This record gives sequence, structure tokens and C-alpha cells, in this order.
Amino acid sequence: MSEKITLEFSPETTEVAKKIVARYPEGKHKSALIPVLHLAQAEFDGWLSVPAMDCVARFLNITPIEVYEVASFYSMFNLKPVGKCVIEVCRTSSCWLNGAEDVARHMEKKLGIKNGQTTADGMFTIKTVECLGSCGTAPMAQIGGDYYENLTMDKVDKLLDTLQAQGQPRYYTKDNPVNLD
Amino acid sequence: MGKKLLLANDHIEGIRYFDVYRKNGGYASVEKALKTMTPEQVVEEVKASGLRGRGGAGFPTGMKWSFLAKPEGVPRYLVCNADESEPGTFKDRYLMSRIPHLLIEGMITSSYALGANTSYIYIRGEYFYVARILEQAIDEAYKAGYLGKNILGTNYSLDLYVQVGAGAYICGEETALLESLEGKRGNPRIKPPFPAVAGLYGCPTVVNNVESIAAVVPIVNDGGAAYAEIGVGNSKGTKLISASGHINKPGVYEIELGLPVEEFIYSDEYCGGIRNGKKMKAVVAGGSSVPILPTELILKTAAGEPRLMSYESLGDGGFQTGTMLGSGGFIVMDEDTSIVKNLYTFARFYHHESCGQCSPCREGTGWMEKILHKILHGHGTLEDIDLLWDIQSKIEGKTICPLGEAASWPVAAAIRHFRKEFEDFIRNGEHVKDVKHYYRLHNLPEPTF
Amino acid sequence: MPKVTIDGISIDVPDGTTILQAARMIGGDIVPPAMCYYSKLKTSGGYCRTCLVKVSKGSERDPRPMPKPVASCRTTVMDGMEVQNVTSPEIIEARAGVVEILLANHPLDCPVCDQAGECHLQDLAYEHGKAKTRYDFPRREFARIDIGDKIQLHMNRCILCYRCVKTADQITDGRVHGVINRGDAAEISTYIENAIDNDFSGNVIDVCPVGALTDKTFRFKSRVWFTKPVDAHRDCPTCSGKVRLWYKGEEVLRVTARKDQYGEVEDWICNSCRFDHKNTADWTIEGPTKVDRHSVISANHYDDLKVLKATIDRQRAALPHGHKVEAGHGALNPNNSEKH
Repeated sequence: MSEKITLEFSPETTEVAKKIVARYPEGKHKSALIPVLHLAQAEFDGWLSVPAMDCVARFLNITPIEVYEVASFYSMFNLKPVGKCVIEVCRTSSCWLNGAEDVARHMEKKLGIKNGQTTADGMFTIKTVECLGSCGTAPMAQIGGDYYENLTMDKVDKLLDTLQAQGQPRYYTKDNPVNLD
Repeated sequence: MGKKLLLANDHIEGIRYFDVYRKNGGYASVEKALKTMTPEQVVEEVKASGLRGRGGAGFPTGMKWSFLAKPEGVPRYLVCNADESEPGTFKDRYLMSRIPHLLIEGMITSSYALGANTSYIYIRGEYFYVARILEQAIDEAYKAGYLGKNILGTNYSLDLYVQVGAGAYICGEETALLESLEGKRGNPRIKPPFPAVAGLYGCPTVVNNVESIAAVVPIVNDGGAAYAEIGVGNSKGTKLISASGHINKPGVYEIELGLPVEEFIYSDEYCGGIRNGKKMKAVVAGGSSVPILPTELILKTAAGEPRLMSYESLGDGGFQTGTMLGSGGFIVMDEDTSIVKNLYTFARFYHHESCGQCSPCREGTGWMEKILHKILHGHGTLEDIDLLWDIQSKIEGKTICPLGEAASWPVAAAIRHFRKEFEDFIRNGEHVKDVKHYYRLHNLPEPTF
Repeated sequence: MPKVTIDGISIDVPDGTTILQAARMIGGDIVPPAMCYYSKLKTSGGYCRTCLVKVSKGSERDPRPMPKPVASCRTTVMDGMEVQNVTSPEIIEARAGVVEILLANHPLDCPVCDQAGECHLQDLAYEHGKAKTRYDFPRREFARIDIGDKIQLHMNRCILCYRCVKTADQITDGRVHGVINRGDAAEISTYIENAIDNDFSGNVIDVCPVGALTDKTFRFKSRVWFTKPVDAHRDCPTCSGKVRLWYKGEEVLRVTARKDQYGEVEDWICNSCRFDHKNTADWTIEGPTKVDRHSVISANHYDDLKVLKATIDRQRAALPHGHKVEAGHGALNPNNSEKH
């Protein structure tokens, strides 16, 4: 049994989380669970460990199992460590029709990892996902809060090289797309 | 080009900001409704317009609003369904990111009509950046006095919030959406009771799609009768179609219902025909859940009538020879497309998105995906086609929510219209046999792509 | 008092009664099976889809049939409603379909599963299942875990009826296990190593319709049909103390709550009664259990047959004159008496 780590939100995050809780009627603060889990994921390295989820449970005053149940249901929550940039490549319908598989394979080759894996330097994780609502600009990928549409192999190369050089994590809670034109 | 009611101003620079939006006639419906109409009058206008739910089910919006229970002292809620996860559909994202104030204006007018003082926009988590655009626009609306206490000096108050999801197609189903909004797993509820009686937090709630709520703006501005003059039959007004696939000009198009399908696909005003000079093979007209149709049946009904973009015309022939308008996610496939592989991506989607509550969908979607995967890798048998047909009939109609139907209809339609392609694929399986893939199937629970 | 007609048999029921409850009041072969509904648990039912019935007439006020089969355990009766269960070939087929689907990922564990002989899924499979499964893919697997030191969870066998989660939620304080993940990867789990340690946790063993949650103190001790159930009680400070003791010879192999013919417990019992009192001296014996439910467990086979015959006679008498009963899968088919 590993040592029990206790994680706490930073003051800034606590402020934002409190504002979120205020949106709901008295006694219905459990509605804040999903938005607060997004905050927790961004705060704690892009994934939700058990201590991170326990932190959310304490903040909202609900039982830990209620948090585990919700976190494991939704596909945007990572329950295992991920790279700084999770590249989510859409694989359904129009994206597949327009060459999403080739894009994903190109990324796999360039980064030397397979779908679901993380690069050794902890920078990238490749994850193929379902329809992201960008079918008219297929193929495409989402990294953090940014959509990268109409991907070509050249654009993919430019995107990955730029992100590698920046070396910064990308989470859903902020958007700041890399210019690929 | 047909009349545009929602996207008329989408090209104006800065239209996503309050000042530009207001200058171009924005928020007129809020003034008109709050100052000159009663809530019941607004509901009447929406009923008269013939507006049908634009999320996919096509249920008359005015009728849905009139079902709302109104017990004394119990708060009512309007929740906007911005979960848009139906494959092929991206119109709501376009509308919300380009003209967020149109949705907000529609939310204020609709909330007024329904007597709701707190409303939520539930947006899928992947659209986080769109949620930020909406929140910024909501801030502007609060500052300008269109949200908050005593809007425009009337005694109507409204608080509007954006709630993000976290990646679940099932949360597009209204009761699953409400469960998610309450901070729980996105499991659809057993109905009855319906949300109109007991919805969010057990209170009477109406859940409407983004486009339906946006359509309330022109309906209140110009009157329901004017809206009803556009369109054909029971398909009134305009619809946003998300066109994608192998066409020259993919994108979001606002069309008048009743536009001929052939014109929509081939005219330069819309999709601009098939890319690279290819021929069209099949179309999924309303998002992945609706039956796929081969070229001859999408352009003309079985009786030989030209097919129109409307609820009735697309539905002509039931599922034997027709399909549905659905969400308007119009996916066009050219002659080189493998229907078998396309069906596999759909089956994989439904398997991934099943919530797991009821047994037919939970086990059946996975089973269908595995069979299609087996077929794709050259190990299928002709009996597998009949087995797929059997499984989809076991799911359809037996589930708690329509995801069961959504998973079974594409399988049924693909087999019904393209059985020969499945048989040829299976018979010629030798050339696609990849032993490595098949063994990977036994070691990994999910294929790589 | 709305009136409902199920398979031709009418009954007046109190307001708010569901179709399944009305069918149980009538009794006999027309009662739909129910794997996830549990009358003592709020919000249970509607998930397994085995209780689907056809509503051919909605009510006197709105006689339209319902377009899809409905879950009888969650559909309230309306006056004049007409329901078809075993008289509808479509419903029998739907039920067979649901059974096949439930068995798709269910492991063929009967030879090593303690629940065999009192397993609802076994009964359903026997009535509606096919001899061979068409699902020839690897089945999803989970590790076998202990929830506390007396309860073992075989997640492979779970059919996700949610009864155990609702039991823990509603009759115990503080729930530590729940449903993790989504779709067919969904599992009952505590997510982390967490023991359930409150007094009524053992009841999850009784509510589980299959062999997913089992009693570790009974594991592999005996097949249930070699045991004799006996009703007993004791003065218990925590619970009602009314239990069923399962004897093999002189030894009490296990203690469970008393279950009715639908497998539903009559009273919840505490862990102390269930796990810690296995001596005959701890109990006041009332008498052998009257087993009404069609099952391989029986205090007295001959008594059971008498009950069966009486049921058949009563059902036949209640049918409209000249109405032929279709050869069904249940007790009304004389050819099925070999099941005993």
C-alpha cells in the first residue's frame, strides 16, 4: 500500500471552483462535479489520480466513490498518467472517410509510439477518439482546448514540432492554437 | 439561394461581440417578448411556426413547450442541449462559435416563454473553447442588462450558465443530459416521468437543441405564421445542414426545408458535387444513426419522386426505402468507399458510447463491432451477415433510450441496401486476411483504430 | 382501482401498481421474470429488459397500443390496460433475445459457481436459451476481488442489475462500491482496495440474482440442492433475526435471509446473523421452508407437485371458456414437469 498523498487545490483554482458551485441551487452543488473535475485534471498534470479525485470529493463534500464513478464514466477524464499534450485524433465517419487513419499512422510513426501510448520524454500521448463535431474540416485532431482541422501530413509535422519545441502542457481549460498556415 | 434566418449575419466581422450583434438587429426579440407579449403568446407563436426539434427527433417544439407542468412555487428550467455528438453533425458548433449571441437571445426569449428563471446551456466537453466564447458573450449580455435581475426594466429575471460535459454521446439524450447536469453518470432515466413533469432536480424542465432555441428568435421577430410560410408540408422553416464527406464544399448550410436533395448535393451554391470527379455511392442524410441510402434512393423515392430535404420526403418509404432528416448531418460517400468499413466505424462508435445500463445495448453493440471487425480482417462468414441482422433486431425497441435504435438502424440499413457488397467482401476475404490483426483481437480488448 | 388485463386475466389493483406487481398478484405462469427489479429497493428495475411485455391497449381513455415493448416493472397500470406476456410470440422472442444477450459475456461458470441451482439466469436460460451460444469472441474479464473478508465479487458473472449498489446505498450508511466505467467495460467496484464494513453489507449476496456476489463462508461447501432450507429466528438487537438456515446433515452451511418465490428477501438481516451464528443452538427453529418457487431446491418434492397442480387448476379455471392455452415454457406445459 503506497503512502497516502493528499492533494489540495491552489487558491486560484479554489476561487474558480467556488464560482462554479454558486451556479446551482442550494444543496445541488454536486452539479459542479464535472466542471471541477476538469479543473482538477488541469491542475494535477492532466490526469486524475485517486488523491486528485479525493481532493474533489473533499471540496464538494461528497463520498469518494461518487467521484470515481463519474470520473471513470466520461471519456475526457484520464485516469492514468498522460503526456503533456494528448493528441486526440477523430476516427469516426467523415474523418475516417477523409483519411484520419493515415493521419494517425503518420503521427505514430513520427513519434515512435502506438495509439494509447505516451512518448518516453512524456511530451505526447496519441488517443483516437470519436466524432469531435468537425466533420466538414476532416481529418482533424484536438489537443487540449484547440481544434486542428483540415490536417495534412505537413501540418501534422509542423504542429508536433512546434509543440515539442514549446514543451508546454496543453489542457482543455485554455485555448491557444498553434498557427499551421 | 434560400432565405436565411439564423446565419444571415454570420459573415459580418465581429458578429460574435455584443455591440456588432446588437447593431445588426440583435436582441430585438427579447425587447418584443418581454415588453409586448405574455409568455403564453410566445408559446403560441412557436406553435404556429410549426418548428420541429432540430436535434434529430423532430418533435414539434411548441407542443413540447405546452407539456411543461406548472405547479405553484416549483422552479422551472430550460436546458439547451449543446451536446452535439452525432457523427456527421457540426452545425451547433458553427452557430455557437460564430454567433453566440443568437443562442443567448433565443435562450432569454424561450426562458421567458417557459417561466424559467435559471437556464443552462449544456455543451459537450470537447467544445471547451466554444464554452469560453459563450461565457464571454453571456458576460457581455449581463453587462448590457439582458441577463440578470429585472431585464430591460421588466420584472423578469434570468440567470444563464454554461455547463460543460466530459465526453459522452449518451448525454445528448435529454434525461442522460439532466443526470450529467446533476453531477452523476450520464445514464438515461426510465420514462415516465418525462422531463416536462420531473426533470432537472425533479423540477419541470424543457430540453431543446441549440438550433431550435436559435430559431425562436426569427419566430418571435417575424411571427410564427411567417416562419410557417417557408418549407413544405409539416417541415416548416429553415434547417442547418452539416454537409461533409467526399464533396467539394463541406460546411454548414442553412437551407429552406423542401430543397431538392439533388440540388443540395450537386449545386455550387451548396455541396458542389462529388470530389475528384467521382460518382456518388451512398449518403447518410441525418447523422450516423439514420439509415444509409444508396444513390438511387437518396435522389429519388422508391416511387420515383425527387427526394426533398424535409422530414416527410426523406422519411418516404419508411426504413425499407427511406431514411430520416435527423440532425441534418449529411455525409456523402463516393464510389470508392467501403460500406463495410464505414459501418464498422459506426458500430465502434456506438459500442464506445453505450452507457451500459441495459443489457441489449451494452452487450449487443460490442458484439456487432466484434463481428464487423472479424469480417473486415477477412475471417467473416456469410452467416455473420444474418447474425448481425439478428442482433440488431434484438436491440431495436428493447432498450431504455434511443441509442439502441441508433446502433441498430445503421446495421440494418447497410445490410438491407448493400448486402451484395458484404457478401463479396466476405467471399474475397483471402486478400484482406491479416493474421496479426486477428490475434491482436484476442489479446487486446480494443483494436488500435 | 384501475383494472388491468394480462394475458387474458383481469385484476383490479391499487393506483400506482406496476404491470409486474399486478402480474405477481395474479401469480402463475403469466408473471414476467425480473432480474433487476427488487420491490424493496427504490428506483430498481428497468435495466435488464427481461420483463418486457407488450401493451396492446394503453387504457380506456387512450386505447392506442404502445409502440415498443415496455418494462413491466416500471410501467404503471392505467385503467383498462391490456398487456400481453406469454401470449405474445413477439415478447417470447424478445425475451429469448435478451437472454442470449445476457449470456453473451457471461462465463460458463455453472460447474464452479455457488449460485447454481438457485440462479435466476440459469432458470431464464433454461426456459429461453439456446443450446449453443453464437458469441464466439473472448469474453470480457475482470479480476475476482474481495469486498470485505466475507463477500467475494466475481465481476465476470455480473449482469449489472445494480441491485447491490442500490442495496448498499439504501440500507447501509455510506457506500464504498459503485459502478465504474461505461458500456460493457462497466464493473461493480470499489475502485480502490476498500472494504465494505458495515452491518448490513451481507445483504448484497442475497439480492444478487447470479453468482457474482457470493458468501465466502459458503464457498464450495456444497451444491444447494444437497442442502435443506429451514426457517429460524433469533433475538437480534440489530435486525429482525428472521433467517433461513441451510443444513447438510447436522451442520449449518450458511445463513441467508428468507426469500419469497420471486427471490426477494422478506427481511434484511445483519452480518452477525449471517456470518457469525452457524450453530443450531443459536437459533430457534420454526420448520422446513415452504418452497413455492419452481426450483431444484425442495423441502419435499411431493408437496411441491401438489402446489403445482393446484396452480394449474386455478389458472385453467380462470381462463375464458374454450380458450386454449398455448404450449408454453413454464409450468402450464405438462411436458415440463420433467424439470423436477
